Amino acid sequence: MAVINVNGKALNHNADPRTPLLWVLREQLGLTGTKYGCGIAQCGACTVHIDGVATRSCQVPVNSVGAKKVVTVEGLATDGKLNKIQAAWVASDVPQCGYCQSGMVMAATALLAAKPNPTDADIDAAMTNVCRCGTYVQVREAILAAAKA
Amino acid sequence: MTIQTSLGANSLKRRGFLVSSAAVAGGFSLGFSIPSDADAQSPVKELNAWVVIHPDDKVMIRIARSEMGQGTLTGLCQLVAEELECDWAKVAWEYPTPGENVKRNRVWKNYSTGGSRGIRESHQYVREGGAMAREMLLAAAAAEWKVPAGELKVDKGVITHSSGKKTTYGAVAAAAAQLEPPKEVKLKDPKDWKIAGKPIKRLDTVDKVTGKQLYGIDFTMPGMLVATVRACPVIGGKLKSFDAAKVEKMPGVKKVVAIDGNAVVVVADTYWNARTALAALPAEWDIGKLGEVQTETINAMLKEGLDASEAFVGNKAGDAKAAIDGAAKKVTATYSFPYQHHVTMEPMNATARVTADKAEVWCGTQNGEAALAAVSEAAGLPVGQCEVYKMLLGGGFGRRGRADYVRQAVLIAKQMPGTPVKLIWSREEDMTHCQYHPTTMCKLTGGLDAQGNLVGLHVRISGQSILASLLPGNLVNGMDPAVFQGFAASGPEATYGYDVPNLLIDHAMRNPHITPGFWRGVNTNQNAVYMESFMDELADAAGQDPLAFRLKMLKPKWKAVLQAAADKAGYGKPLPAGHFHGLAQIMGYGSYVAGVAEVSVSADGALKIHKITAATNSGHVVNPAQIERQVAGSFAYGLSAALYGEITVKDGAVEQTNFDSYNVMRMDEMPKVETVLVPTGDFWGGVGEPTIAVAAPSVLNAIARATGKRVRNLPLMHHELKKAS
Repeated sequence: MAVINVNGKALNHNADPRTPLLWVLREQLGLTGTKYGCGIAQCGACTVHIDGVATRSCQVPVNSVGAKKVVTVEGLATDGKLNKIQAAWVASDVPQCGYCQSGMVMAATALLAAKPNPTDADIDAAMTNVCRCGTYVQVREAILAAAKA
Repeated sequence: MTIQTSLGANSLKRRGFLVSSAAVAGGFSLGFSIPSDADAQSPVKELNAWVVIHPDDKVMIRIARSEMGQGTLTGLCQLVAEELECDWAKVAWEYPTPGENVKRNRVWKNYSTGGSRGIRESHQYVREGGAMAREMLLAAAAAEWKVPAGELKVDKGVITHSSGKKTTYGAVAAAAAQLEPPKEVKLKDPKDWKIAGKPIKRLDTVDKVTGKQLYGIDFTMPGMLVATVRACPVIGGKLKSFDAAKVEKMPGVKKVVAIDGNAVVVVADTYWNARTALAALPAEWDIGKLGEVQTETINAMLKEGLDASEAFVGNKAGDAKAAIDGAAKKVTATYSFPYQHHVTMEPMNATARVTADKAEVWCGTQNGEAALAAVSEAAGLPVGQCEVYKMLLGGGFGRRGRADYVRQAVLIAKQMPGTPVKLIWSREEDMTHCQYHPTTMCKLTGGLDAQGNLVGLHVRISGQSILASLLPGNLVNGMDPAVFQGFAASGPEATYGYDVPNLLIDHAMRNPHITPGFWRGVNTNQNAVYMESFMDELADAAGQDPLAFRLKMLKPKWKAVLQAAADKAGYGKPLPAGHFHGLAQIMGYGSYVAGVAEVSVSADGALKIHKITAATNSGHVVNPAQIERQVAGSFAYGLSAALYGEITVKDGAVEQTNFDSYNVMRMDEMPKVETVLVPTGDFWGGVGEPTIAVAAPSVLNAIARATGKRVRNLPLMHHELKKAS
């Protein structure tokens, strides 16, 4: 049995230490908001924050997490209140199928924390997540709106 | 009895319906169980197949088509709510199961969600469902008050009598449900719409930004195991042998099985353990002669078809060959379009539980009824003993119209009776075992008269037929009519827009072993590349502007939509230095669309797609905001394919395995998209797919203007775009 800190709680799991964090979150802790898309850190659907840094959890062995603080998409809203990015996402009606959106929201939240007023170039550099429905236009609009909010 | 909301997926008290979202518009969707109308004791009453009204005035609208991001569920709810005259803020939705549809004599009609049909082929009966429910609710109030129904008015679910007396839908629903439905109802004139036609927000958004939305891959239930599969790397090959003993003792492994004689499967406690063991499982394959197939041999097969003497004729007018032979100027060009993968963000998956007398599946599917049929066949049980519970789809794009993954899940679960098994395909399995966008080539030959008029045109398509592989019963005397999408002589679906006096469009069918399938836009994609690129080549040869050259040949609706796109884009007006416009148009999925791309190519050959202006005439507009999103999304999809999309074959197997070898467009390459809606109100067209087709050709035409180079083979990543020196 090992412990990791997720969304402010110390949670137990019994996965093999080399198991990617993604699958520990999904299969051991029931946090299925973090999605499997490629398993090779290319698509960004599995993005979480590790000590505040947007990280692709499919390439992070769980034993490397240690005492670091993991935040998943389920941990962004506080007392049912959406964070700034989530609220902007709802206001701009961003998601289509929605499968990539957890990762998008996590990447955008980390971007705004680092750069409260991102330029288009900042957005291009930080938002390398894949969306196959093509929500890119609305994603940009929502990030810029959240920055102003 | 209870039915299940998206968050109650662990509770299995459901029998009849699966509610995938109980989201009430404008509020949070928190999972809760609600009584089902199918229960005689329940106070919740079904007015008809489409409408259920709760005592608290909540309106549950039933949606048979699948939601995969395209917004159909919101659009269909708008149409029902419009006729129902209910309060949009009280609308929720649910999926009736495919099994329930069979039991009720297909009361919800077609579940298939493809071909941009979700709204255009169900608007009539869902609106009638809403209107009939409204009439019954009004009749119930009239009976209670003993007044003529004509003295009642309704607004947002509140019924008011001319005396000032008021009641609500929730209060009269139980009485209304006892009434005979009206035989006929009059539908509203779209110009009077208040909910439909408006840019209303989607009903399924909040859970998608909080991680609460459950997709098939997220489904879980007590005692569930997880399986993953490796099919023969060569599609059509067989499993020769495998050595289960090598992995049976690995952590978490519960069972190692073969299915369908072509795939090995590990069932374990978790996906990660199943995947780890599957990677270590030795398997031998029998691929026979298929191992000799390469992309080059497929291309040679297609190339031969370009000049073959026999071909299926899809559209013919006059005598194209004679007209071309007698023309003042002859132009010829050959194009090609490679295999493409859908790459839904959510890899294929399905959860199955099979017992001696029942088979159930939980999955995302674009065709619930096809999935149900697949369950029945794989389980060996009558349809009446099978059920499919639809989950939201993490992308469809045509891929989830097939039920191969559903069949596999059932075949696995059948070997572990009573145990629910979730099958998850790895991205690698997904990438190598698709039904790919077919590959074709096209040779176009045009004849211009001395004034630069197109007097004859021969379009020879050579390549793969989707119908021949997936739906051979739909071939017409061996011909695949779908190959001619956008080139048809007539009909409401995808008619050719140019008036060319002497025309021949024919198809030499050449079918490699790589399974083709329906891919968002299907055959309009390559057909628009061929035709619209070649129109620019002809315009150049005629010394005419490509817009003017097209407009003089286009039929009215095609012409109007191209003109609308050109006007909005400022075609012909000065552009920033180094920027160039390219045009394309097509009719597909019942709609008329056109696009104008604005691109620049730097001195070192770097392409920048600045903007696409896209016009759509879909006849009616049910939700302009969602159409705008579909159009923008279609360009992300179409331009991804144009820039990078290419599946290649080596020794019979697909070479690409993941996003590192099959690249797709990211945000930094996404152009601005301006959507122009020009509905003429006289038909119902689709919107999910049509504009994809103009993405690639409009960009290719702009690139040719910018560089003087004509790209005739996709993807663009293989081409050096530096200006010819």
